[in-house]
Amino acid sequence: MAIGIDKKSVSLSKVAISDTHGEDSPYFAGWKAYDENPYDETSNPSGVIQMGLAENQVSFDLLEDYLEKHSASSNFGSKSSTFRENALFQDYHGLLSFRKAMASFMEQIRGGRAKFNPERVVITAGATAANELLTFILANPGDALLVPTPYYPGFDRDLRWRTGVKIVLVHCDSSNNFQITQEALEAAYADAESQNIKIRGVLITNPSNPLGATIQRQALEKILDFATEKNIHLVSDEIYSGSSFFSDEFVSIAEILEARNYQEAERVHIVYSLSKDLGLPGFRVGTIYSYNDNVVTTARRMSSFTLISSQTQQLLACMLSDKNFTDNYIETNRKRLRKRYQMIVDGLRKAGINCLDGNAGLFCWMNLSPLLEKPTLECELNLWKKILHEVKLNISPGSSCHCSEPGWFRVCFANMSEQTLQVALQRIHNFMERRNSVS
Amino acid sequence: MEHNMKQQLLSRIATNDGHGENSPYFDGWKAYDSDPFHPTNNPNGVIQMGLAENQLSSDLIQEWVVKNPTASICTAEGVNDFKDIAIFQDYHGLPKFRQAVARFMEKVRGDKVSFDPDRIVMSGGATGAQETLAFCLADPGEAFLVPTPYYPAFDRDLRWRTGVQLLPIVCESSNDFKLTRESLETAYNKAQESNISVKGLLLNNPSNPLGTVMDRETLQEAANFITEKNIHLVCDEIYAATVFSQPGFISIAEIVQESLSKINPELVHIIYSLSKDLGFPGFRVGILYSFNDAVMNCARKMSSFGLVSTQTQKLIAEMLSDEMFVERFIAESSERLSKRYNYFTRGLSQVGIGSLNSNAGLYFWMDLRRLLKEQTTDAEMELWRVIINEVKLNVSPGSSFHCSEPGWFRVCFANMDDETVHVALRRIRNFVLQDKSATKKQCRRRSKLEISLSFRRRDEIMIGNVLSPHSPMSSSPLVQ
Repeated sequence: MAIGIDKKSVSLSKVAISDTHGEDSPYFAGWKAYDENPYDETSNPSGVIQMGLAENQVSFDLLEDYLEKHSASSNFGSKSSTFRENALFQDYHGLLSFRKAMASFMEQIRGGRAKFNPERVVITAGATAANELLTFILANPGDALLVPTPYYPGFDRDLRWRTGVKIVLVHCDSSNNFQITQEALEAAYADAESQNIKIRGVLITNPSNPLGATIQRQALEKILDFATEKNIHLVSDEIYSGSSFFSDEFVSIAEILEARNYQEAERVHIVYSLSKDLGLPGFRVGTIYSYNDNVVTTARRMSSFTLISSQTQQLLACMLSDKNFTDNYIETNRKRLRKRYQMIVDGLRKAGINCLDGNAGLFCWMNLSPLLEKPTLECELNLWKKILHEVKLNISPGSSCHCSEPGWFRVCFANMSEQTLQVALQRIHNFMERRNSVS
Repeated sequence: MEHNMKQQLLSRIATNDGHGENSPYFDGWKAYDSDPFHPTNNPNGVIQMGLAENQLSSDLIQEWVVKNPTASICTAEGVNDFKDIAIFQDYHGLPKFRQAVARFMEKVRGDKVSFDPDRIVMSGGATGAQETLAFCLADPGEAFLVPTPYYPAFDRDLRWRTGVQLLPIVCESSNDFKLTRESLETAYNKAQESNISVKGLLLNNPSNPLGTVMDRETLQEAANFITEKNIHLVCDEIYAATVFSQPGFISIAEIVQESLSKINPELVHIIYSLSKDLGFPGFRVGILYSFNDAVMNCARKMSSFGLVSTQTQKLIAEMLSDEMFVERFIAESSERLSKRYNYFTRGLSQVGIGSLNSNAGLYFWMDLRRLLKEQTTDAEMELWRVIINEVKLNVSPGSSFHCSEPGWFRVCFANMDDETVHVALRRIRNFVLQDKSATKKQCRRRSKLEISLSFRRRDEIMIGNVLSPHSPMSSSPLVQ
């Protein structure tokens, strides 16, 4: 049957044609510049240095070392468990050995100050999937989550794109080091109410991305009280928990709950992943830890759309249940990140640039507001472009993180060698010198 | 606070039945879980025949894995690649992985089509791929048409979080459940009359649960239909390499690549996975292949929610790049499936039990209509329940696949070893023969065949479970 050559245009869904996937933001534009001209110590020493990627490459040797010593067990398990059994295992509960290992690892990161039950660990292919999944469970299309600014740009996609859920900003600023205050929470909530938007929960990232700082215990208590008072959920994305420079400076929401004897715990859900602490983003290992039975059951059912490869579960079950290995890893990783942080902050200070006091994460929150002609978004973006094209550093402008104060930038330091970091610092130094000599 | 109030704190999606686990087929799964067959430890236990898994050729795979330690980043030989693999999170996927998968898909289709590696998009299993396409192609409230009987989990995959509807195209045994132009039109018009906007047609070829492949005419009919109506065509080809005898498999890609002037390729999307053909359901390797750039790009962005672990991508890339291994595997797997299929179906026909003539899949579609008290779903369920508790073979009743005719059951045969196969068949035959000598029961409808076989319908033969619902103890519903 003949159809005319004139093919009718093909319709896609509203979700498909929206731009809520977020890839048109400057956060991603910088990556393109890097992709086209990537720095390499020997072959392209004047290329763009990637400082917009929060990856942890400082502790790979420890992982490689482990694998070399334990190849038989991590590769499809012990004698009793074979490739076949592993390949067939598609139970959405996940391997028990893997859940036990994750729970234990999460406890170790928190210095044993909180306990985790393997039966509450739900597996997802990365924290990206975990955050979206939780949003599907906690909110209806048109409802909203409160998210303190500045926040990880990916949330715009993860929380909103396919779910139809909105984000209402909780504004934080430098006057108090961007800490989340009760006033800010109340203001955001009231703002939503006035627009007839139903708030279903608060989502915090602790330690914070992009601030690189842990949330104080008092603030956590207030946030939990706020959620309780409004009868809404609290999601704590603790993806950087193992990257706090000092173990005792990170307070997990789990600790707060334990101290309160788990009262009101049913509204609390923790998101975790191995992408940052272990530097394994390719393996897609995310988890949801919920204190709410219904959420655990439902999340588990939904995880069918996004399970972790059983091959990877097997590998990590072995690795993370080795307490000697994990103890050493966690401590060494913290030490190395601390050193990197010190290096970059010192280097920036010498160049006359200040950063927010940070104590965690794979990045620092740099203050370039003194360099702006005017405290506007436009000036920030111009400065960003300059840094990208002239200084050849890809850093993330605060506006892409919804920061309400222009001039702040997130600068990653753990995804490169120390030499490369020095090169980057030198370039910044030169840039600042040029500016100062001109003005 | 009241427990009820706490319940209200969750979304509509979280509290509705869209997950599909509140089905009556729970009984089958429970029966198996609480009394699983084991040749020595529990020889009277329930044999699982409701799980469409392919375990027949895992020895070949295992052999390959042992011989190729570089494919794993956990071995001394492969650990040098560990870092690069572990940090690679680009949603385009490892180039070698895409090339190997594209090439494998071509081989499985007898090299009659070509697949562009740059169009390969990953997803969290075929489960994730189905949902992703629904998100891309339809808005909440809009619908996909799907021929019955169909894989039960489509209800969850296409509808649960997307809000999209699934409307059945009724197919009947009178023409071997083939899809016809007439049935397509009927379903489409019915939707129109109900003011439901149809956005696409979903086909599963080879079919689960039928085990049949679509012939060229039917595929072309479907292709013409969707082009005319300007709706999408989603072809789930997850069982492509399980075809074990003639007629051969014809992929929708062939139709696209041969009749470009008739079908609008922008409307065609293929779903694939390695869970059935290779027997890797645990590795979550889902593939989306669209001939439409916008859909491909959108699906790729959405794949962030369900990427394949790079550790697994690397293993698959190496394995499927080994052309000699792949060819040998496809041929051997096919032969083993054929043997199993023949063994069962011949053994059954010898005692008067027929099944749909099929040539693919990990199961066959068994006809027990004559054993029903009456041709109703209730009677089918009664037969099924009775059988779960007695003959102790767990198979899947046709109603769970939305089959319009009661009395059909899907029986899986590739998820067990030879010994278990013998036991299963023996049980059926014993039941049937034992039943022959004891008269009694009258069947409502008698055919010529039945004169020599009076079956008593209590509980025998095969029973199935399809949507293995949530077992509070151990495993998840293994939707096949």
